[in-house]
Amino acid sequence: MSESGFPSLRLVPKAEGPQSARDFKTDQEVRWCPGCGDYAILAAVQSFMPELGIRRENTVFVSGIGCSSRFPYYMNTYGVHSIHGRAPAIATGLATSRQDLSVWVVTGDGDALSIGGNHLIHALRRNVNLKILLFNNRIYGLTKGQYSPTSELGKITKSTPMGSLDAPFNPLSLAIGAEATFVARTIDSDRQHLQSVLRAAAEHQGTALVEIYQNCNIFNDGAFEVLKDPGSRDEALIRLEHGKAARFGADLANGVFRGPDGELFTAPVTADNEADVLVHDAHAASPATAFALSRIADADTLHHTPIGVLRSVERPVYDELMASQLAAATDGRGPGDLATLLAGNDTWTVD
Amino acid sequence: MKPGKPIRRLDRVIIRFAGDSGDGMQLTGDRFTSETASFGNDLSTLPNFPAEIRAPAGTLPGVSSFQLHFADHDILTPGDAPNVLVAMNPAALKANVPDLPRGAEIIVNTDEFTKRALAKVGYPADPLGDGSLDGFHLHKVPLTTLTLEALKDSGLARKDAERAKNMFALGLLSWMYHRPTHGTESFLRTKFAKKPQIAEANITAFRAGWNFGETTESFAVSYEVPPARLPAGRYRNISGNLALSYGLIAASRRSGLPLYLGSYPITPASDILHELSRHKDFGVRTFQAEDEIAGVGAALGAAFGGALGVTTTSGPGVALKSETIGLAVSLELPLLVVDIQRGGPSTGLPTKTEQADLLQAMFGRNGEAPVPIVAPATPAECFDAALEAARIAVTYRTPVFLLSDGYLANGSEPWRIPEVDELPEIDPEFATGPNREDGAFWPYLRDPRTLARPWALPGTPGLEHRIGGIEKQDGTGNISYDPANHDFMVRTRQAKVDGITVKPVEVDDPSGDARVLVLGWGSTYGPITAAVRRVRADGGEVAQAHLRNLNPFPANLGSVLRSYEKIIVPEMNLGQLALLLRAKYLVDAESYNQVRGLPFKAAQLADVLWAAIGTLDEEDNR
Repeated sequence: MSESGFPSLRLVPKAEGPQSARDFKTDQEVRWCPGCGDYAILAAVQSFMPELGIRRENTVFVSGIGCSSRFPYYMNTYGVHSIHGRAPAIATGLATSRQDLSVWVVTGDGDALSIGGNHLIHALRRNVNLKILLFNNRIYGLTKGQYSPTSELGKITKSTPMGSLDAPFNPLSLAIGAEATFVARTIDSDRQHLQSVLRAAAEHQGTALVEIYQNCNIFNDGAFEVLKDPGSRDEALIRLEHGKAARFGADLANGVFRGPDGELFTAPVTADNEADVLVHDAHAASPATAFALSRIADADTLHHTPIGVLRSVERPVYDELMASQLAAATDGRGPGDLATLLAGNDTWTVD
Repeated sequence: MKPGKPIRRLDRVIIRFAGDSGDGMQLTGDRFTSETASFGNDLSTLPNFPAEIRAPAGTLPGVSSFQLHFADHDILTPGDAPNVLVAMNPAALKANVPDLPRGAEIIVNTDEFTKRALAKVGYPADPLGDGSLDGFHLHKVPLTTLTLEALKDSGLARKDAERAKNMFALGLLSWMYHRPTHGTESFLRTKFAKKPQIAEANITAFRAGWNFGETTESFAVSYEVPPARLPAGRYRNISGNLALSYGLIAASRRSGLPLYLGSYPITPASDILHELSRHKDFGVRTFQAEDEIAGVGAALGAAFGGALGVTTTSGPGVALKSETIGLAVSLELPLLVVDIQRGGPSTGLPTKTEQADLLQAMFGRNGEAPVPIVAPATPAECFDAALEAARIAVTYRTPVFLLSDGYLANGSEPWRIPEVDELPEIDPEFATGPNREDGAFWPYLRDPRTLARPWALPGTPGLEHRIGGIEKQDGTGNISYDPANHDFMVRTRQAKVDGITVKPVEVDDPSGDARVLVLGWGSTYGPITAAVRRVRADGGEVAQAHLRNLNPFPANLGSVLRSYEKIIVPEMNLGQLALLLRAKYLVDAESYNQVRGLPFKAAQLADVLWAAIGTLDEEDNR
């Protein structure tokens, strides 16, 4: 891994030697339910971190409250397990004051989109150098099974015995609407894909939002089974790659097309329409196509769900702008003089 | 000055400028204050303005005022009742006349006393002609006409020229009280540097006002208030919010911790955000957050990274930040929470003062979550309070409340500028290596002296650790639900705060014979002290003490309280400190309180003290 591979980490000190996944494990017993998708994500992250090539002590994981937010306890880095919904705010303070740190936020659908929705959207629009991993299991786990802001309409849960009444958020649409510069989706059980998305997020300068479909085998088991089952997943998943045609299904028989009304739709690829298959451009200046892609999945069946990096664009990074203002304020003049400041311009002397 | 116009010497004067919110009364007051400060008087100010930016013109709710008390001796309050009222319109007159003692001077802008303007505020007849002001010394001045006349060659449109009438009034008052004028002229040149025509117009109006006083018959006398004899040193005038901002910057410098402010705009705290955002050359990072919660969250996150994390707000903001402050209690990280108190509950009185957040600061969190509290007594003391709050936060790894209020924030007084090297140093004592013999690092292994835990910054190799809001095992900081451990940790966090070293409370009891103690905290210091002086001047004996540390209380407070037969606690709330004193020390502390959005008056408190003395005397005679 060359250093230039992670421009977002150029201010973070490099590791002196090679690291392994073991270096990132703590001695704490992992306390998720057996079979929870969080185990797979934890293992994937632990084995991915050495790739960054930065000092372990310069990595910080910040989380809120919820099952996913226990994550920092299991990462042998610096970590803060904070309060419900506030992780993006706390991480913003850390990342904007310490550019030598790689700061990761671990959150869930309730934490990030319900109680912490405001902090999430503002972190995204500011484009602070944060990597936000949003574990979406479409349910409240830690409070034992209430519907979440990503639960499907009509969800029967403990708090909604006759079905939930509110329409769910689409986290990627929300992020794109909040001016996010990097938006991606992946799945807990697909380690290779998950790590490829983490890699892209780590390379990105600014806030990266990674939605990770995560199975809660206790309260919402099988929520994403159609995307995981070897028998259905090829038909259900659209694996987006920048610069490549958006084709999916067995033998890539299907594709994403743009209709005359500008809307995206999926259809079998034929010799006639092959040239019209949408070529995915994650770097497009306009968020319109990424937004349309974020909503192309069938809400009921999850068929043709895009995964991968939907959007990755460059925009000035908040913490860099903040640092440059500080630098500009002392440029050529040096740091401020406290005695001069305290005296001000209008003094008098009493003898 | 024309020969023949007499000059009368006074030891103190209280002036109130009053007008529409758009009349520039705050600016006028500020300028007169600056002139007065540079002349060397002691002074104290009280700005009073509506929450609305531009309430309907000419109405009572739209009246904005600025009161200034200046003297040839040291003074403590903006004064109970003005000697001089400048009323720019009928609303300003009507709103302020009830505060004037008989014989006070009133300067009115007669141009604004039209039928319509009088009707708008419910004057059935023109008060300037109906004899209702006969008890006052009334100066009828057509300020608008005179200003327009002075600016007829300025080339300005009538509307723009008219706006300079506040400077005409300032010029007139500057003549009346022999204020130096060059400061105002250079201020106007700087303020309107990009609009030289406006600058010149304001200066012309200002000089015209001065000359008007000099030449007109209606102002027969001018007054002289000689400079005060303050302790030797170099002085400037400073408001509470400015002093507090400088205190934070000084604390950053003296601790070597970069200052990080996470804040959300709220009256009357926003000026600290504005001020600190101007000092990036001191390495100050200011983050205007999406809400109050994010403001304190970012400050706490920055503290985890080794910054001096600060959040500034007022009461409603504190309510929103409570959960994060509790997290800071649990994380045991330094954090300053600056609460510029205002009238409550809810939105309350955003621009008026109150000190009703004491119990919120003390107890307003879930669980046992003790937080130290520091409260400055005067505008200039806000500087020292910021340094003291930072010392406690950094030394003990704890959030600290700094309770100022709207009166301190906007009021100003002369401040002896401290030498930088006389300011206290604050040592963050970061953890640099393992603290266990086996080479491990335990984030909750405490300093036995202070009970503070180590502050290990990300980037320090070998000290990687995880902390959170879940209860932690003593020492290791690992998650623990063990009952005995929780009991121990709750008691330890309390013991840490209880054990903070604070200065003993000083008692001012000159004769040593006083039986009544008046005890205050925060901005009531000025009126309480002025009341105590009055009582003593009239032969009464009263002891005075003032608390700067509200949590923990000074160690000697209990014995001080038990040394007096009667304890009076004046507060701008319904008795919050009194409640704490009664609970902690089992003493019969009597609350005297008001929540009018305005400071106490010295005369009012003097009556209360005399009554207390009288009660004891009666008991003796029974």
